[in-house]
Amino acid sequence: MNHQNELVIEAGRTERHYWRDLWRYRELFFFLAWRDVLVRYKQTTFGLVWALGRPLMTMLVFTLVFSKLANLPSDGVPYPLLIFAALLPWQFFAGSFSGAGDSLISNAGMISKVYFPRLVIPASAVIVSFVDFLLSVIVLAGLMAWYGFAPNLRILALPLFIFLAFAAAMGAGLWIAALNVKYRDFRIVVPFVVQVGLYISPVGFSSAIVPEQWRLLYSLNPMVGVIDGFRWAILGGDTQLYWPGFMLSLSLIVLILVTGIVYFRKTEKTFADVI
Amino acid sequence: MSTVISVENLSKKYVIDHQKQGRHTSLRDALTEGAKHLTDKFLHPFSATENGPSHEDFWALKDVSFDIQQGDRVGIIGRNGAGKSTLLKILSRITEPTSGRVSIKGRVASLLEVGTGFHPELTGRENIFLNGAILGMSKAEIRKRFDEIVAFAEVERFLDTPVKRYSSGMYVRLAFAVAAHLEPEILIVDEVLAVGDAQFQKKCLGKMQDVSAQERTILFVSHSMAAISNLCTKAIYLDSGRVRSIGNTEAAISAYLKLGAESAQTDLRNRKDRTGNGLIRFLSFELRSCDTNEPLNSVTSGSSCILAIKFERGAAHEETMDLNVAVGIDDRLGNRITHLSNVTTNQSIQSQNNNKEGIIEIEIKEMPLSKGSYGVTLFSTVAGDIADWVKNAGSFHVEEGDFFHTGKVPHEGQGVFYIKHSFRE
Repeated sequence: MNHQNELVIEAGRTERHYWRDLWRYRELFFFLAWRDVLVRYKQTTFGLVWALGRPLMTMLVFTLVFSKLANLPSDGVPYPLLIFAALLPWQFFAGSFSGAGDSLISNAGMISKVYFPRLVIPASAVIVSFVDFLLSVIVLAGLMAWYGFAPNLRILALPLFIFLAFAAAMGAGLWIAALNVKYRDFRIVVPFVVQVGLYISPVGFSSAIVPEQWRLLYSLNPMVGVIDGFRWAILGGDTQLYWPGFMLSLSLIVLILVTGIVYFRKTEKTFADVI
Repeated sequence: MSTVISVENLSKKYVIDHQKQGRHTSLRDALTEGAKHLTDKFLHPFSATENGPSHEDFWALKDVSFDIQQGDRVGIIGRNGAGKSTLLKILSRITEPTSGRVSIKGRVASLLEVGTGFHPELTGRENIFLNGAILGMSKAEIRKRFDEIVAFAEVERFLDTPVKRYSSGMYVRLAFAVAAHLEPEILIVDEVLAVGDAQFQKKCLGKMQDVSAQERTILFVSHSMAAISNLCTKAIYLDSGRVRSIGNTEAAISAYLKLGAESAQTDLRNRKDRTGNGLIRFLSFELRSCDTNEPLNSVTSGSSCILAIKFERGAAHEETMDLNVAVGIDDRLGNRITHLSNVTTNQSIQSQNNNKEGIIEIEIKEMPLSKGSYGVTLFSTVAGDIADWVKNAGSFHVEEGDFFHTGKVPHEGQGVFYIKHSFRE
């Protein structure tokens, strides 16, 4: 018998092999993500229609309301593009947030019957949302072609901002997932945050319309940094990044992610007992 | 033989909350508790903080220690709530111990439920991969065993059908097939064989025995003493979170079965694991002598005795009731041997409305059971509805006796009951 792989179980001991385990359980992670994606698109036609139709409809309505009715400025790009570039990260975030929030509870059976690093469950919910995101990217590319709009070199920075969106989605997702296990009230909070968040984040409008003296305060919403970053990278041209605000959003995202991981890890041990 | 699992002073505490109905704290509760705590502190700054009567510590496991050698097949037995499942959950790392230490050498796979993570929308094929991954198999391993798993489950034709369209038997077979093809060094199995038909259970037990033939270690929880004694080489008997007996399977099983027989009377007042509408409740049962009506510790084969069952009437019910009462008698392994009932004897039992408690006496003439412990299940109906049903209510003991009135007794191991017989000349 191989004595190297001796496993010791003690109160508080799990920390030591956690990250190694996370690596060891990567296949399970892929399988769970694959299952969630598969289930989501199982009724193929409708799954796809939803994933593509929702952002398109939102874009149409927002263009109508914010551009045609409210006459908001568009930084010199077609208004639908302005909105769609922001809808990408927002829908990714919102999807991850609500998906992760429910993920632990809908997998309660697994949690109380099998060991694995629980982190893979909300993470796989984020992946599902990311697949939607990738589909939307194709729609965006189509839209840009339709308007004859070519991105400049800034598009190369897009992966960085995608990464940032990932961090924000993961951080918030871990928080809500862990909180939801213990306090079911957060089930009600999630749709509220998603609904209100859509309006307080610069999705329907450019954050340039926020008065200068309020912009730093506005950037306390971490999604402001992510969305501005997406617009900056995709739309190029006149779109400017407000750096102090961006740095603030960035640090907040890092903070949310780090505290999210810490809180999740801290409560994770008791999931099987309370879920 | 080397020690593969070593458990030292393992304890697990749960805090039971008496105030709340559910297990889930709501945010409101957390906030109001916190606020109450603060104001209490403010108003009575010097009084000691007390938890109040709403919390109670419950030790699901207390100072449990044992060692398991490589290749052992260990059965874990005990009543509901004795800590069996908690022990398995700690060993499979689902929950953390409160104190103590476990060290495990080798790859562990635990099977606390069949079909964990099965998704109804996915096909059989997809679920095999998913469930395999959940149980800790790598993709390569699952591929390698895929055909074997499918053949074992006998679902070839339905591989690409979503499992929500499977019959429950197929579902269980598929789920178990995946689990049966795990190849860990240590396999932890909870009462999963309770599902599935008898034939498939047999196949699974066989498969598990194969597993141990290859020097694998098995931990197996079951309420079926037959399965434990068939499969296991060692047994641990847990009672109220503590190890009562460890070692020889037969010894542990009889220790487990003797629990109820330690006192002559088996008290059922505190039994929570009962079903029924409560029109009557069984309070206790005991054996009594036919002649003196005194309680007996045990009865000998061939002698007569009375099985006396006390019951009380539910508070709400006023009228006189007609009771149907049945007593199931099980052998050591949990197999039902026979049952006694006033329906089959065509007698009626009435419970008068002016009596809060009552007693049912069943006379057993010439006890036909051979030496051993026998489990008792009590069952009653009133007007066709189950009034009270206590499974495994307790047991009674039969000592060797002169059943045939010849002074000669059959050898032990020649069955559990006697038949009056004679040879024709």
